[in-house]
Amino acid sequence: MSHSPLLDVESLHVAFGRNEVVKNLSFSVQAGETLAIVGESGSGKSVTSLAIMRLVEYQHASITKGCIRFQRPDGITCLDLTQLTDREMRRIRGKEISMIFQEPMTSLNPVYTIGDQIAEVLALHEQHDRSSARQEAIRLLKLVRLADAESLLKRYPHQLSGGMRQRVMIAMALACKPRILVADEPTTALDVTIQAQILAIIRDLQKELGMAVIFITHDMGVVAEVADHVVVMREGEKIEEAPVKEIFANPREPYTKALLSAVPKLGSMQGHRLPRIEPLIVFDGSEARRVGESREQNTVQQDASPIVRINNLVTRFDIRKGFFGGVSHRVHAVEHVSLDIYPGETLALVGESGSGKSTIGRSIQLLQESTSGDILFSGKPVAQMSRIEKMRLRQEVQYIFQDPFASLDPRKSVGFSIAEPIHTHGLLSGRRNVQRRVSELLERVGLKPEHAERYPHEFSGGQRQRICIARALASRPKLIIADEALSALDVSIQAQIIHLMMTLQREEGLAYLFISHDMAVVEKMSHRVAVLHLGQVVELGPRQRVFDAPQHAYTRKLLAAVPVADPAQRHKHVLLEGEIPSPIRKVGDEPSIHPLIEVHPGHFVSREASHNHSPIAVNNNIQETGT
Amino acid sequence: MAKFLFYRLLQAVFVVLAVTLIVSFAIRLTGDPAVMLAQGAGSITEADLERIREALGLNQPFIAQYLDFLRGLLVGDLGRSFMGGTQVSDLVGRALPATLALAFASLFVSIAVSIPLGIKAAVSRGRWPDQLIRVLSLIGLSFPNFWLAIMLVLLFSITFNLLPPSGMEGWSSFVMPAATMGIILTATNVRLVRTTMLDTLRSQYVMVARAKGLSNTVVLYKHALRNCSIPLITYFGLQFGGLLGGIVVVERVFNWPGLGTLAFEAVAARDYPVLQGVITVLSLLIITINLLVDIAYGLVDPRVRKD
Repeated sequence: MSHSPLLDVESLHVAFGRNEVVKNLSFSVQAGETLAIVGESGSGKSVTSLAIMRLVEYQHASITKGCIRFQRPDGITCLDLTQLTDREMRRIRGKEISMIFQEPMTSLNPVYTIGDQIAEVLALHEQHDRSSARQEAIRLLKLVRLADAESLLKRYPHQLSGGMRQRVMIAMALACKPRILVADEPTTALDVTIQAQILAIIRDLQKELGMAVIFITHDMGVVAEVADHVVVMREGEKIEEAPVKEIFANPREPYTKALLSAVPKLGSMQGHRLPRIEPLIVFDGSEARRVGESREQNTVQQDASPIVRINNLVTRFDIRKGFFGGVSHRVHAVEHVSLDIYPGETLALVGESGSGKSTIGRSIQLLQESTSGDILFSGKPVAQMSRIEKMRLRQEVQYIFQDPFASLDPRKSVGFSIAEPIHTHGLLSGRRNVQRRVSELLERVGLKPEHAERYPHEFSGGQRQRICIARALASRPKLIIADEALSALDVSIQAQIIHLMMTLQREEGLAYLFISHDMAVVEKMSHRVAVLHLGQVVELGPRQRVFDAPQHAYTRKLLAAVPVADPAQRHKHVLLEGEIPSPIRKVGDEPSIHPLIEVHPGHFVSREASHNHSPIAVNNNIQETGT
Repeated sequence: MAKFLFYRLLQAVFVVLAVTLIVSFAIRLTGDPAVMLAQGAGSITEADLERIREALGLNQPFIAQYLDFLRGLLVGDLGRSFMGGTQVSDLVGRALPATLALAFASLFVSIAVSIPLGIKAAVSRGRWPDQLIRVLSLIGLSFPNFWLAIMLVLLFSITFNLLPPSGMEGWSSFVMPAATMGIILTATNVRLVRTTMLDTLRSQYVMVARAKGLSNTVVLYKHALRNCSIPLITYFGLQFGGLLGGIVVVERVFNWPGLGTLAFEAVAARDYPVLQGVITVLSLLIITINLLVDIAYGLVDPRVRKD
């Protein structure tokens, strides 16, 4: 290397008490370069980012060994960040090294305006006065492509969408033209289209300001999209380090290989009509092995009658203004949706936040009252069902949620949680029989019978999701609604759960309503796909047709926004402008309903006659949008 | 806002009606004020008592007496004391400032002490400053207020002769009553501040504030504290009601010329109009504090602002 690095981390050790979470980590970053640190949960990547900022101390952890050399602007001398006092470090934080975080919804202080929060950094590090800080804040907001910057200054975080908040965070982080930007999973909580925007903004500003970026992520697609250089971490240690092309083309370490092969890749199912159970890549600490075989998932009973038939479902929520005000706006969550789910089928519902996909799932399980329309269950409309029939429906339709920890009672043993639906629906009698069934269910999902005695906090995220699946299976369901059930899991765990879900489908003839925003996972798992936009189905058809020959512009936009885990294909897609439109409309302003037209057997596309949408940006203050 | 205030006012009317009705009824169960008035007047015949009752309007049925009280209330007339015939509004008007001064002084002392201590405890969770603060707060919680008051008097007035043992004359007379009330309030408040602060410190925006390079003081007192304020304001508001109750005891011990002393004497003398007057004023006070709390929510947190 010709010149010394901007940041040089050497033999870094970080520990929570006696528990070392980062061990002997070394890497360096050059000016203007993007370094990606990738790893799964527990790999120590986030702790590393906080260590660079010397913020680990506030998490009750400490840097026990090693040094972090940070080059001074003169290009010759270096500071060891680990040796600085807190006062000295504060002059570096936010000025020379700044950071953006994963959760844009909680990163901004809810009680101060956007303007105050940006001006604060400028006043602190750049000695701006009120009016010059204001001018500079407007300039920064324009820099991150936020329209109407001037009025944004007076807004509060809750009046902005997630994507807008993350852009405000970036503006704040770049306020003092830092030499290094540390970005800890900055796009993980965002929709893919918004993710694509944010990544493009970071990339462009990096070029403009010549800063180095340390990008912490678990998403190989994002790595391929942004990184120059990659450090792979596992359990606190560096596993491999290489230029991005090298990592993807020629990974040396078995762990990296396993990680890469677990990443669901968009387009992986091209040419296949049906989903396939793929062999699992298992990493046992030293090498990656393939387990199982590849089999076609031909489980759909197409000529059977559908388990669930949704007919013209409409769900709207009233928004009341003030204490005693009338209904001024409505959320049009679901608008005239009709869908059938067949036995043994995986039907995917995809769409961005606010597209109504979760509302449909909740309506089927009678967790959500709908405004109009019918749901037929085994041919009988839910509205005409007796209490007993509804109870039976609740037994045969089960739910698994995104957050497996939040959906298990922390004070009850896992065995209790799994046995509960058996008792509720009176499926078995006698302690022995129930216990035997619980053991059997735990084994079905790849856990051990003795796990029944343990409590949720004793399990990892993937194991908890298995427990949730076991609980769903306990009531012998015909349909499982999986609402973003894989989204919170690491890719390797995700691959295992996909494998488990497909195996169960084959053996038990289960149908899945698979609600997800992750197009690559959807492509792997589903037989049919319904694309939702603002509560309406805009495209519905066999998975192969929808992915290989998408007809609707919105489907194409969703697919284009997915980062491709291949650095050679970088920047191929265009930057998507604009916010996700909101389903909130004024009372009386009904959305136009777009009928579906069959373009190919079983493949339906909505034809929009005209574009008379008047969408409101997500989470904008409702009061202000009324004209 | 106008609508909100209107409903609040309506609510206030109902509260005052309910409270005064219960109090007026209950105090009449304690016995005959005519007997109290006649005490010390030598021999008294039943006819004398009857004349006293008639003079005070006590021979009327309860409902008529209560309606009479309400009629007076509408025009701001709280009636006259049975003892000496002073206007009740004058008595209350003299006692109210003393009570308010003591209540606010105690609340102010308690807030000024418990916020920094609570924050310190939260920041150093599990280490010695936290342990120490928690033990002190437990000790503070275990004191009965009258005992604490008497101990303070023994120590500072009798032994060291530093502070006046009773009455309200000059700022030095505030020290012990305010300290008595303040110590007990502080003991609970410290725990509340500590708990809400611990929650807030886990928030992402606190880490963001640190990542900006802000000093510890700014992070804690600007970014974190304002986010704790909703539960704190709610609690301080509720506490004010309890404070007014507790003040009766403290006022007695320090012979403080406030509403507590007034109410205490009125109960002892079965002086119905004075007690009714004090209770009415206290309930209006508590309603006002609650209203201020609701308004404060909107000021500190933009998410609860309506309109």
